[in-house]
Amino acid sequence: MKYHLRIEVCLKPGHSDPEGETTAHLLKELGYKVEKVNVSKVYTVVLNAESREEAKVKAEEMCKRLLANPTKDHYVITVDEK
Amino acid sequence: MKRKEINVCVLRVGGTNCDAETKRSLQELGVNAEVVHVNKIVKQKNLLNYDALIFPGGFSYGDYVRAGAIWAKWIIAKLGEELKTFVREERPILGICNGFQVLVEAGLLPGFEGISIYPEAALATNFPIGYNCRWIHIKNENNGKCIFTRKISRGKVLRMPIAHSEGRFIFAKDKEEEYLKKLYENDQLVFRYCDANGEYAEGKYPINPNGSFHDIAGICNSSGTVFGLMPHPERAFYWWQQPDWTRRKRMHQYGDGKLIFESLIDYLTKKF
Repeated sequence: MKYHLRIEVCLKPGHSDPEGETTAHLLKELGYKVEKVNVSKVYTVVLNAESREEAKVKAEEMCKRLLANPTKDHYVITVDEK
Repeated sequence: MKRKEINVCVLRVGGTNCDAETKRSLQELGVNAEVVHVNKIVKQKNLLNYDALIFPGGFSYGDYVRAGAIWAKWIIAKLGEELKTFVREERPILGICNGFQVLVEAGLLPGFEGISIYPEAALATNFPIGYNCRWIHIKNENNGKCIFTRKISRGKVLRMPIAHSEGRFIFAKDKEEEYLKKLYENDQLVFRYCDANGEYAEGKYPINPNGSFHDIAGICNSSGTVFGLMPHPERAFYWWQQPDWTRRKRMHQYGDGKLIFESLIDYLTKKF
């Protein structure tokens, strides 16, 4: 069965986010009352798996093996059947 | 082992650069150096025919996902066993710039207890943000563990160029103190960013060009045979590669980068 994974990889709290800070700075310059910007990366993956549980397990594996570096990143996984 | 018997492999994939400079630096010192595409190594299964391995700089696989991550995971999947043997037999592995990012992502560095399954450090986006391509100073902090700096006295200040956007060396926030202590205890700290007089940057830009934790510019593994650094020694090998050669009346024939390659070759000639 096909599952649609949405994997969001973002920085753990406490790590500086130069990209977010630079973006926030420019948004302020453009006149927005922006307090903070955090940048994250989203991967959408179409995966063949036997079950929703298996799809979730595989997504976790993908994060640990490639998509996130546990030193600085954490991730949020959502699984959709479509 | 004599110099002419030494075979060094400079790996290449899509997006690597400075492989030619690295090869030329090694050849200048009288050893055999070959630039080899990693697919060829995987196909021929001949990584262990080489005495040393170098991951050059560049933007391997477009730096997608994270800088160095794709090449790192790919090489562990395809050549993991050979790499383990390389490290176990204390054959040298050098990672320059993107190569350093690869070694960290692959778990070879800091390598407190061999190759780790998941990265124990990261080379994050520069702070302040931006691509920095200029000459900087680094100080040798190593007491002799790192085989790539044995020809450099402790405390010596070297001048080399950097060229990166993701060079901010960091540990996990809750591990910073523990891992820094380990780096010192195991003599794994190699280079720190400093000014021309050897004063540490203390995190301040532009002397620390990327916001690296503890001004770290290069570290080695616990056996001292795997070494990664953000500056480019191969771009500081000859006198004419240095930015002020037209303004100076006299210059040494070689730049500071030569010392890294000299140390590597000295180790190989004595050890094997």
